[in-house]
Amino acid sequence: MVYLQPLIFMAGLGGFLAFCLILAQHYFAVAEDPRLSQLVELLPQSNCGACGAPSCRAFAENLLHHGSQPAHCSQSTLSQVQKIADFLQVEVGVMERKVARLACQGGGNVARQRASYRGFYSCAGADLVAGGGKGCAWGCLGLGDCEVACSFDALRLDDLGLPFVTPDKCTACGDCVDACPKGLFRLLPLSQPLFIACKNLLEGEEAEADCAVACTGCGLCAQDSPKGLISMRHFLAVIDETQEPPEAVRQKAIQRCPTGAIGIWNEQGTLVKGRKAKKILNHQRLEVG
Amino acid sequence: MRSFPQGIHPKPHKEQTRYTAIQRLEFAPYFVLLLNQQIGKPSLPLVQEGEEVRRGQLIAQANGDFSSPLHAPVTGRVLKRGLNLDMNGSMQDSLVIQPFPASGQSPQLEAPCDPFALSSLELIEKIKTIGMVGLGGAAFPTHLKLKSSLDKKAHTLVINGCECEPFLTADHRIMLEQPAKLLRGIRIILHILGAKQAVLALEENKLDALRAIEPHLLPHDQISLVPLKTKYPQGAEKILIQALFQQEVPSGGLPADLGIMVANVTTMYEVGQLLPLGQGIIERVVSVSGDGVQKPGNYLIPMGTPLEFILETLGLCTKSPQVIFGGPMMGKSVVCLQTPTTKGVTGILVFRGESRPKPQAPLPCINCGECLQVCPLRLNPCEMARQAANNQLEPLLKRFHLFDCFECGSCAWVCPSKIPLTQLFKAAKKQIRQKKLHPLKSA
Repeated sequence: MVYLQPLIFMAGLGGFLAFCLILAQHYFAVAEDPRLSQLVELLPQSNCGACGAPSCRAFAENLLHHGSQPAHCSQSTLSQVQKIADFLQVEVGVMERKVARLACQGGGNVARQRASYRGFYSCAGADLVAGGGKGCAWGCLGLGDCEVACSFDALRLDDLGLPFVTPDKCTACGDCVDACPKGLFRLLPLSQPLFIACKNLLEGEEAEADCAVACTGCGLCAQDSPKGLISMRHFLAVIDETQEPPEAVRQKAIQRCPTGAIGIWNEQGTLVKGRKAKKILNHQRLEVG
Repeated sequence: MRSFPQGIHPKPHKEQTRYTAIQRLEFAPYFVLLLNQQIGKPSLPLVQEGEEVRRGQLIAQANGDFSSPLHAPVTGRVLKRGLNLDMNGSMQDSLVIQPFPASGQSPQLEAPCDPFALSSLELIEKIKTIGMVGLGGAAFPTHLKLKSSLDKKAHTLVINGCECEPFLTADHRIMLEQPAKLLRGIRIILHILGAKQAVLALEENKLDALRAIEPHLLPHDQISLVPLKTKYPQGAEKILIQALFQQEVPSGGLPADLGIMVANVTTMYEVGQLLPLGQGIIERVVSVSGDGVQKPGNYLIPMGTPLEFILETLGLCTKSPQVIFGGPMMGKSVVCLQTPTTKGVTGILVFRGESRPKPQAPLPCINCGECLQVCPLRLNPCEMARQAANNQLEPLLKRFHLFDCFECGSCAWVCPSKIPLTQLFKAAKKQIRQKKLHPLKSA
């Protein structure tokens, strides 16, 4: 009998609070578009942020109410985008597909290492200690902050410590751009494959002494291309990305480069160099010094 | 004897150089004068390639107020203007000067003056024209510091002779050898500020310097000499103020907010020496020490002398040297032999790479709280490191006051798990600055 009274009291209290909750749910309910949760399930749900919205759910809201187009999701395949468009009965829309490109080719076999860094294993950390000890002050440090940042397995370091981007997997979310302390990544449209994979501002032999595949600032590519496409800034060729030159123009621009700093990205994600580019025969890491 | 709470006691290692008098180093076969030797904007060069310059001649002017001019360290010819590696590992615009071997190398004097006959503003302008920056390592333009202290009506000048970093003895030697010029510099700054008193603070391992300065004090001087307990990081200006006056500089504030201006001993000495002559600052005393160098000592080295030449002249006794510009706690590792000295280089430490233990991989934090007990600012380094490792920049900035940290390295020094705390904070600060979450601030 001692237990009966509190039991009844607790049950009664529970029932009363449950009743309050039911009332609250009824009166304070927020109407949500029933399509929203279905739409979220159609999206990749990786919350990568490449579309500009902070999460897939936020993007779904943008799709419903703020005029985003299904194609703005760069991670979805064409068929997935089509499904979303069918579901919403809207146009697929156009979005230029972009890929992260690395402006450095200085792997361990071509780029000189001045000193060995032995602190904590991160590019951001190495960059604080005299720039990381690489001969080229602009070059990739090869400790893989970008590999850690990439959530799509699109980016892997190769044996020589240079990141390799698989274009099919890359969603252009921009995480690697933020992670690289040297700022070597750019998000560029697939339709613009002409690329200068170097940031070295030194001239000629000075640049080549640090890295065999550096842009030496010779200006041959600028001479071989139509005016304004490639310009020289501080002994570094810079491509005007607003232009979309035809294939023949691109091919002509890269052929005479002596080091192969300029090239054309193929679909597999490797940089195809010109005929005159020096052949790299060494596949071992250079010694420190 | 006064001091501040918390802090650490690293081995001083000063015996190697503290008894050797300041000597002049020979002139290098080439000089690399970086154009950005101060905090602020790089200087604008006034000379062309191929032009002849005279030692002491103005060769780069200040780019606006937040900058400082540069003077030629040697009589010679400007070989070229190009990029060169600085001690942070980034490429910087620089002038390469080749000295004339037969030149007498007597410096050109701009405009000698009697400092006590000039007004405060005239003197501040003079200090700007001689290119004076904080020579304790930060290289903050002195004229800016004076201006803000004058605006805030500073009543106390603190001269920082702590030199709490191990190995360095340049300030100590200057106090011992040049007390007259040092005191003249202090009197000039006191005259500019109109301040009531000056306090020269030094640690108790430099009491011989105190005895050397005392006889040079004049009866009407408002300069007092205060010995402090030896402790690191006593030489940081905010910590020094706490040690001397038990007053805390507010978070994000400056010593000027308390009416105090802190200046380094070397800066005062150079002001006392150069300002009356009107000569630009072209050389400074640098401690060269460590177990990797054959002839350690304090050397008068012109700015822009390449590291290569210094190591060659003083002799290496190792095949794999590890070089640090500055002190071992807050200095910067240098990896390129062509790296030149700048106005901010207080010491060059050379260690034997072979005898140094391999750095241990960091272990997980065990929450022992050692870092909390040594942080001179009473920050929370272990929690901050967790936030930094997880890239939580907003809370680091707002809740943990990351930008109050001046990277003294005490927390990393005591950490039993060998977590690179200071490096993590530096990386986080860099990211915050890049993302512009915080206005550019001297760390």
